[in-house]
Formats: sequence, C-alpha cells, structure tokens
Amino acid sequence: METEKKPILEMRGITKRFPGVVANDHVDLELFPGEVLALLGENGAGKSSLMNVLAGLYRPDEGAIFIRGEKVQIDSPRDARNLGIGMVHQNFMVVDTMTVAENIILGLTEVSMIPDMGKISDRIREISSHYNLKVDPSAYIWQLGVGEQQRVEILKQIYRGAEILILDEPTAVLTPQESEELNNILRQMTSEGKAAIFITHKMEEVIAFSDWVRVLQHGKLVTVKRTSETNPQELARLMVGREVLFRIDKAPAEPKDVILEVENVDANDEKGMPALKGFSLQVRQGEIVGIAGVAGNGQRELTEVITGLHPVLNGSIKINGKDMTNRSPLAIIRSGVSHIPSDRIAMGVVGDMSVANNLVMKGYRRKPITHGGLLDPRRILDFARRMIDSFKIATPTPDTHVKFLSGGNIQKTILAREIDSCGGVLVAAYPSRGLDVGATEAVRNEMVRQRDKGSGVLLVSEDLDELLSVADRIVVMFEGQSMGELSSADAEVEMLGLMMSGVSKKKAEKEYYGSDHATGV
Amino acid sequence: MIPLITSIIAITLSAGTSLVYATIGEIYTERSGILNLGIEGMMLMSAVTAFATAFHTGSLLLAVLLAMLVGMLLALIHAFLSITMRANQVVSGLSITLFGTGLASFLGQRLGPESNGFNLSGMSAVKFNRLQIEGLGDIPLLGAVFNQDPLTYLVYLLIPVAWYFMYKTKFGLNLRSVGENPQTSDAMGLNVTKIRYLYTIFGGMLVGIGGAHLSLAYTPGWTENITGGRGWIVIALVIFSMWNPSRAILGAILFGGINAVQFRLQASGTDIPSAYLNMAPYVATILVLVLVTVWESHNRKVGPPAALGTSYMREDK
Repeated sequence: METEKKPILEMRGITKRFPGVVANDHVDLELFPGEVLALLGENGAGKSSLMNVLAGLYRPDEGAIFIRGEKVQIDSPRDARNLGIGMVHQNFMVVDTMTVAENIILGLTEVSMIPDMGKISDRIREISSHYNLKVDPSAYIWQLGVGEQQRVEILKQIYRGAEILILDEPTAVLTPQESEELNNILRQMTSEGKAAIFITHKMEEVIAFSDWVRVLQHGKLVTVKRTSETNPQELARLMVGREVLFRIDKAPAEPKDVILEVENVDANDEKGMPALKGFSLQVRQGEIVGIAGVAGNGQRELTEVITGLHPVLNGSIKINGKDMTNRSPLAIIRSGVSHIPSDRIAMGVVGDMSVANNLVMKGYRRKPITHGGLLDPRRILDFARRMIDSFKIATPTPDTHVKFLSGGNIQKTILAREIDSCGGVLVAAYPSRGLDVGATEAVRNEMVRQRDKGSGVLLVSEDLDELLSVADRIVVMFEGQSMGELSSADAEVEMLGLMMSGVSKKKAEKEYYGSDHATGV
Repeated sequence: MIPLITSIIAITLSAGTSLVYATIGEIYTERSGILNLGIEGMMLMSAVTAFATAFHTGSLLLAVLLAMLVGMLLALIHAFLSITMRANQVVSGLSITLFGTGLASFLGQRLGPESNGFNLSGMSAVKFNRLQIEGLGDIPLLGAVFNQDPLTYLVYLLIPVAWYFMYKTKFGLNLRSVGENPQTSDAMGLNVTKIRYLYTIFGGMLVGIGGAHLSLAYTPGWTENITGGRGWIVIALVIFSMWNPSRAILGAILFGGINAVQFRLQASGTDIPSAYLNMAPYVATILVLVLVTVWESHNRKVGPPAALGTSYMREDK
C-alpha cells in the first residue's frame, strides 16, 4: 500500500440493519484521490446500501465516516453534497417531465430565486465540452435514451461540485461503446484529482475501470486488492465464495419431435411498425434453441406472440402440433408453455405479494392448491417452502414481499414457478440479465436440466457467451427476420456478429471463411 | 342585449372567483403530490367562519383572515394524516369533507344572534361591495370586468403570479419535482416532507379565501350548503386545468358562465324546469372535462403529477 497518499474518504465499521437483514456488517472502505475503487459483490451483498449510507439516504446503525481525515456526520443528501459526494443511482434520479438544465439545478440552494436558465445552460455546455459529455441542456429527460440520461446524471454531479463520484452499476444499461466512453470520462475526472467508487458485479469491468477493488459478500468485506494484482477468476471466486464454472457442463442434445413451430409469422410492434417479417422457427423436445441479435430486432415480439401476449397478423404458431395462433395466454399456458419474461419486475412478479403467492401464481388454479374454489394456505406454504429449497431462493420467509428480494432471487422465484409449471416449452427472454455470477450459473444450469428432461427451450439472449455455452442451435434475428442458424458447437463469435448486423449466413460464411469454403448445417 | 351580456359577464366572474381561489389552491397542493378531497368541507367551514366573523365584528378583513386560518388548519390536519401518518389520502380528504360539512352546519345554527335562535341563516352582515374602477368600468361589455368586488380583483393578480411562481422560480421547480418524483427530490437535497406540508397548507389558505368569497360577496349571508358542491367541481377543474394555474380561469369561466346564464334564464321566467337549469353547470362541467381530458391525453405529454396521492419515506422500497 502506498502510504504517502492520504485517503479522501474513509468509512470505518459501517453497519446497516434492515428488518430481518444485516445489509452491511462492519464494513471498512478507503478511497484515494485520483483513483477508481470498484465495489464488487453479488446481488444483495450490500454494495448499494453502503453507498446509500455515503450519499445520506440511509443512516448507518454503527460506524464512522471520515472525509480528508475529518470525521463527518451525513444525515441527508444535502450534507453529502456539501461534502462533495455525488451519487449516480442505478435507477436514475431524474424528473422525466423536466429539462436537463432544470434537473441539474434542482434543490441547489445557491441558485437564485428566479434562475437564469441561459447562464445555467452555458455552464452546463462548458462542463459538457470539457468532459466530452454530449448533452443538450434544454432537452426533456423523457426524450433521452438511457445512455444520455446517465450522462445527465454524471454531469449533474460534476455541476454540483462532486469530488467523490459514486456510480451504482453504471454499465448495466450501456452498449459496449457507451461503457468505453464512461471509462474515458472517469479517467479524465481522476486525472483532475477526483475519485470514484464504482459498484458492479461484472469482473471484466473491475479489471477495465478500477485501480482498487473491494469485494463484499453477504454484507461483509472479504478482500481488498489492487486491481493490477488480481484476475477475473480470482475475483469471481472471492465474490461467490467458491469456484465458479464459466462453462456449462452438458451432454450433446438429443432432439426428438418438434414441440414449438413458428411459421411465417408477421407481427407489428407497439407503434404499428413491422417487427416480425415472415419469421419461422422450430424447437424440438430436448434441445435449446438460442436467439441472437441486437435488442430491438423483434425478439420481444417473438417471445410475446408465442406466449399469446402479442397479436399475430399472418402465419401460425403450433404447440405440440396444435394450432395456438392468437389464442389467449391462459390457453397457451395450459398447452404447456412457460415464460420467463424480459422485464421481470413488470411482467414476472407482483412485487407487493409474498414470495409464496408469487410461486403459486400459475399453480393456484389446480388441486391441491385450491379446493372447491378456496385457496389452501397450508399447501401454498408447503409448496413455496419446497420451491424455495430446491431453487435456493434467498428470502427471509415465504411471506416476504417479492419486491424486497434482490434481482437474482426475484429471477429464481420466476424460474421456480415457470419450471414447475412447464409442460414442454420454456420461452426464456434474457434470463440472466443483470444477475450476478452465482445466480447466472443457477439459471443456465436449470435450462439445461429442463432440456434434459425433454422440454424444448427457446432462449433469447444478448450475451453471446451464454448462447454459445447454453444453446444447441443459434438462430440470428435481424429486423424481424432470420439471418440463418448455426450449430453452437462450431459457431464463431465473429460469424454471429456479422449475421447480427444483417448479413445473411451465406454471405457471412463467404466473408468469414473465404469464397471456396462450403459448410452446411 | 348589451346590458344583458354585460350582466352575464359580471355574474360569471363573480361566480367564478371562489372557484379560481380553490382551484389554484388545490393545484398547488396536488403539484406537491398530495391529493386533498377535503375542499368541500374546507370551503363550507371557511364560509361560515367568514360570515360569523363579519356578523359579529363587522370587520371584513378579520373575516377573510379567519377564513384563511380555518382553511389552513383543516389542510394541516390533512397534511398530518397523509404526510406524517401516511394515511390513505382519499380517505383522509373525504373525512375532512364529512367533518367540515357537519361542523359548518352545526356552527351555522349556533353562532347566530339569540334573537334568531342562535341561527346565522337569514342574517345580514357587512359584505364586499362592487367597486367600479374609474374610466374602465364604463367600457361597454368589458366594463363588467372592472366592476367587481376586491376579492375578484385580487384573483386577476393571483392567476399570473401563481403561474409565474410555479414555472419560473426555483421554488416552483422544487414544488413540481416533489410531486413528480419524491425520491429524486430527496436525493437532490430537497426536504420533501416540508415542501408537501407547506403547499398543502398554502392550498388550504386559498380554499379559505374561496369560501369567504361565497358568504361575503357572491351570495352574502349564510345558508346551509352554500357551496352547492363547488368543492367537488374544484377537483374536476384541477384536472381540466391540467395542473396549470393559468388554465384555472377557463374552468371557472365555464362553470361560472353557465351558472350565470341559467340564473338569467330562471329570472326571466322560462318554461324549462328549474331542476334542469340548476343541473346544467354541473353536467356541462363533467362533459367538457371528459372531452378535454381525452383530447389532451392523446395530444400532449401532460398528466397528473406522477407521485400524486402517494406517501414518501426515505429507506422505503
């Protein structure tokens, strides 16, 4: 450790308890000027709570905070700001109906009674060109994409004089290019003596972004390391507390009869523009078919026409040989289709209902959960306990509201319900998105297990590693059409990339292997 | 014809005054995220307070001040229940209306002179008289605008000031953001609880002036249910205004105008049964409200404050 440098921020023995949970258990933290600290941990490890303590949103039960060696008391976000602490939250703290400039000056005491928006906008443009953060001060937040909103958030904290910038999972919503930009901005800020804390559960980002890394596990600090002296494998092990398989062990697929057949389907998106154009696909029992593609190329519509949530204009969808085109979601569920939706909070669970009730949300129609139209609370609880055990859902009790669980455990709840009720077809949209290593591993293994039990699995993902390791075949989607399919055993990432950008399989093979190479799948 | 139209304009503005006060008050309250359905009870309570004070003291100023105070006190009860106790805002507001309606009726039968069996109704007291503004009051038609009582003149000022404050000052910005997104406002260093208390009570104050205008100017005196459901019309007018103070005038003119027309019709002895005429302003307000709301929601990105009716507590999920 370099001792000449004095830390700009120290947290000592921070403990934060919530009813039934210890979010932080005597956690220590040090941050040096000009450096980026990565806070690594699984979902629910206590990273965000610790940072909310620093931002003045949570009050710690124990512990002390020092800024530049002086003990400070942070009772409110205003205190935090006065100490030069600024946080970019995972769910952006912006008011949609206001402009960028209005959002930036919100709550600032030094702004005059009648704000001079012209002057404020000039200052915003100044910062924006200095850090190369492209933002239009007069744009409304609702007009901006997530990447732009994040730039607004960072700019806002700089405008408010943040010397210590906290970023809560900043890259979860960014494209690789935007992540790169973010990294550059952080580098520039640290070169000016500012410091940043960076919450993540992705090892690659720790390596790319940070100087130091602190690993949290179940609310406790387990390691402090210099980033240059560690590697992704070690970090993953420290974070989960055991060795992590990056490859899934699975036997070759043994496909049987076709169980899901999508034939020449046309569908429009919500704005009425064509989203699926004559799309066809077959999934057999005992195989996992992956759907690759840049988000927004019809994947969502595909999963929703299959599950009956979106109307089919032309073409047909057959499940187990029976025509189920445009049937109700209930009829499709009864024909054996399970669905892990892409938006798990909005479509997968009811946040204000208990874990147990969410788990029986499909099974409640049948005996023995229901008897003569009445729910049997004892059986619901028995069933829930069984599911919580076998899917290792970390919840204080079966009666806990689902919204209090971490993202990974919410996903496990959905997975448990959908797999238990699965009658042959599992449609999974981005099932491991935003999950930590441990939960991702569990979700992927569960899909392979479901395949081995003889179900047909359709896996939509934007993670090519996931598709290559989990799926047996990969179909590439581009603008609502299929660009062809590859066997995942011999698919190359570069080939997939070409096809995802709209090059047909034939052309892609020519470009990739040269004109004389002929392959057939 | 011209005198008839002039008198309709005059009655419209007078009838609309109490509505504008209460509507702007409720807009400010709702913009902070607090839904107050207690307006009807608050207007009745402030109307009876104002009249009783005027009757006993003869001071119009004191009457209006006490009416404001009563509006603020009832709003404070609502603020305490819905902000601090985090009660359901609909239930809290409705209780205030029930409480205010009952108490106002009771006070109306107790605060009068002994000679009238302590009853206030049928009594007369000092009232706000029309003041014609020299020169302007003589203009044909438009003169009606400048031949009003002082509280109506004050409303002419209130509308632009309320609009400017809400959209051009930083306090207005803070107010709007608290009703739109309390989490963000808190993270940005605003005191959500303080701001919500402040504007709920401020809203109550304006509702109080609205109530005072009814019993001291528009229909001077005390009659039971003097508001005639205006407290509910205000809730509709807030939506009709799309939570914008400058549009409160439109709704008030609509309701006040139809009221004035039907009033004239009744006075001139028409064949239309009076029940239908009395009903007309309410039916028209509801119809226009529905049409305008449907049209607006299709054409513009405006709607109620996103956090309207919800409570906020830090560390809550």
